[in-house]
Amino acid sequence: MINYTIRRLIAAVPAVVGIMLVTFFLARAIPGKACYAALGEHATPESCRAYEALKGLDKPVYTQLYFYLRDILQGDWGTSVHYNRPVVDFLAERLPMTVELSVTAFFLAIIVGIPAGIISARYHNSFIDVGTMVGANIGVSMPVFWLGLMLAALFAVGLKGTPFFLPASNRLSAGLVAKPFFEVYGWDLVPGTVTYSLAKFLSGLYFLNSVVTLDFKTLWDAIRHMILPAAALATIPLSIIARITRSSLLEVLGLDYVRTARAKGLIQRVVILKHAFRNALLPVVTIMGLQLGGLMAGAVLTETIFGLSGMGRALFEAIQQHDYPVIQGFTIIIAIIYVTANLLVDLSYAVIDPRIRLD
Amino acid sequence: MATSSAALGAATARAQDANANSLWRVALRRIFRRRSSIIGMIILGFLTLVAMITIAEDLLQTRIITPFDPNQQFIGDKTIKQRQAPCIHALGCPATQQEHLMGIDANYRDLFSRVIYGARVSLIVGLSTITFAIVIGTILGAIAGYAGGWIDIVIMRVMDVLLAFPSLILAIAIVAVLGPGLINALLAIGIVSIPAYARVVRASVLSMKEEEFVEASRALGGSHFQILFRRILPNSLTPLIVTGTLGIATAILDAAALSFLGLGAQPPTPEWGRMLGDERSQFLAAPHLVVFPGLGIMLTVLAFNLLGDGLRDALDPRLSRSDIGIKKE
Repeated sequence: MINYTIRRLIAAVPAVVGIMLVTFFLARAIPGKACYAALGEHATPESCRAYEALKGLDKPVYTQLYFYLRDILQGDWGTSVHYNRPVVDFLAERLPMTVELSVTAFFLAIIVGIPAGIISARYHNSFIDVGTMVGANIGVSMPVFWLGLMLAALFAVGLKGTPFFLPASNRLSAGLVAKPFFEVYGWDLVPGTVTYSLAKFLSGLYFLNSVVTLDFKTLWDAIRHMILPAAALATIPLSIIARITRSSLLEVLGLDYVRTARAKGLIQRVVILKHAFRNALLPVVTIMGLQLGGLMAGAVLTETIFGLSGMGRALFEAIQQHDYPVIQGFTIIIAIIYVTANLLVDLSYAVIDPRIRLD
Repeated sequence: MATSSAALGAATARAQDANANSLWRVALRRIFRRRSSIIGMIILGFLTLVAMITIAEDLLQTRIITPFDPNQQFIGDKTIKQRQAPCIHALGCPATQQEHLMGIDANYRDLFSRVIYGARVSLIVGLSTITFAIVIGTILGAIAGYAGGWIDIVIMRVMDVLLAFPSLILAIAIVAVLGPGLINALLAIGIVSIPAYARVVRASVLSMKEEEFVEASRALGGSHFQILFRRILPNSLTPLIVTGTLGIATAILDAAALSFLGLGAQPPTPEWGRMLGDERSQFLAAPHLVVFPGLGIMLTVLAFNLLGDGLRDALDPRLSRSDIGIKKE
C-alpha cells in the first residue's frame, strides 16, 4: 500500500505541473496590465515600468516561468500584487474558511445522503423512495446561489426572533472573536515562518480552534453560522450521493448472495447493512471523490451569497485584479486537493473491497 | 454472379437497417416507459415550444404569449413602481392597474416577459455549449483512442489537467481571458466540458477498435477515416447521448452561475442567472425578482436531468440488466 501510494504520488507530478503551466499561461493571458491593477488606472508609464521591473514582469514569459517554477519549488509563493503581502499569508488566512465550509458540506452530504439512499433502496418503489428521489432530482437541479438566497431569506429573516433563526452572513456574531490557540497558550511564533503560517491556518479553522481553546461559546456560534452555507453547498453532492447509493444498493440486492442471506433467515436490516451495503459502497466512494472538485467551485458562489471571505471569493477577485501570484498559489492548492482526493478514493477501494489489490 | 452478390449486399444492408431500426425502437419504447424521462420530455417540450414562440414573436413583431416586449421600460407610467410586486387580476389585484404576472423589475420591465424569453437563452446556452464540447471532445477522444501511443498520452494528459480544475473556476479564468459576455461564457463552459466527452469517446473507441467488424472493414481496405467515422463512432453514440443530455443540465447551471457573477450574459439580455444576480441584494424587498428566474433555471435543469436519467436507464444495457434482476427479486 505504501509502495502504491508513493507510485501514485509520483504519477501525479505531471498533472500538477500541467495545472501549474495552464494557470501560469491563463493568468498571463488575462487582458490588461498587472501594474494598472496594482497602481491604479492613472499610473504613469514610468511608474508602470518601474513596477514591472521590480516584479520581474518585464522579462520574457519563459524567464518568468522559470522564476515562477523555481520559486514555487523553493517554497516562495510570491507576493500578492493587490494586497502587497505574501501569498502564503493570504492563503493561511483565506483557506481555512473554505476548508471548513467544504468539509462541513461534504460530511453533511454523506451523513444525510447515504442513509437517504439506503432507505430509498430498502423501501424500493414505495412512497418514501419516490419522495426521496423526487427530492434528490430537484436538489441536483437547484442553482446553489438561488438556494442560498432562499435559505437566507427563510432562516435569517423569516424566522427571526424564533429559536430556528440562523445567521446568514459572516463566520461569527459581532463581538465574538476566535482567539488563535497559539495566542491563548502563549506560544511565541515568528510571523513569516512556515510554523507560523501553519498555526495561522489551523487557528483559522474555527471549529478546531475553539475546541482546542475550550471556547465553546464561539464554537456554538461558529456552528450556527456554518449551517446555512454548508446546507446550500451540500445540496447537490447530497442528492448525487443519495441517488448513487440507492442504485448501487439496488444492484447488489439483486445478487444471489443476498438471496442466500435472506434465505437463511437474516433480518432485512442485517442483510442490507452488513451484507449488501459494503459491496454497494465502491461507486458511492468514487462519486464522493468527484464531488470534492464540485465543492470547490460551489464555494465561490456560496461565499458570495453568504458574505464569507474564503478562498473561492479570493480567487474570483484575484482573477479580476490580475493578481497572478494569488491566482497561481490558490490553483496549486486546488490541484493538490484534487490529486489527494483522487488518491484517497483509490486507496479506499482497497479498504472497502479487499479483493482489489493495489500493488 | 455479380448481380447475386449485389443482391446479397442489398439484402444484408436491409437486414442491418431493420436490425438498427428495431434496436432504436426498443430503446425508444424503454425511454417512453420511464416516468422520469416522460416528465423530462414534457417539461422540455413545453420550454422548447415557449422558446419557439418567442422567436416567432421576434420575427413577426407581434406578441403571442409574452404580454410585453422583454426590454420595454414603463418609465413614464405613473401607475407602475420600480420592483413592483406581481399584479394578477384573478388574485384580487385591482382592475385599474395593469396586469403583471410576475411584477416589475428594477428597470421598470415586465418580469414575466423576461422570464419567458429566458427559456430561449437557457436552451440555446445548453445546446450550443454541449454541441461544441461533443464535437471537439469526439474528435480528440477518437484520435486518442484510435491512434494510441504518444498522441493518446498527450491528448489525455491535457484532458486530465482540464479535469483537475473545478469546472466553474476554470470557466471563470477563461472568461477573464476572453472578457465577460454570453458568447465567451459559452465558449468557456464548452471548453471546460470537452474532457468528459473525449474520455467517453476514447473509452468506446478502445473497446471497439479490436472488434471483428472493424477488422473486416480494415481487411476490405477501408481508410482510417472511414473505419473511425463510419464503423467505430456510430457505436459510441449511446454513451455520448446520455453524457450529453446530463451535460446540458450542468452547462446551464454553470452558465447561470457565470452570469450571476456578472461574467456571462450582459444587460439587457434576459438571462435568468443575470436577472437573479442583479437583484440579489433586493431579495427581501422584491423576492419575486429572485424567485421566478431561479425557478426557471431549476425547471430547465431538472428537465434535462430527468431526461438524461431516463435515457441512461433505457440505453445502457448494463444498467437495465440489473434492473431486471431487481424485478425478479
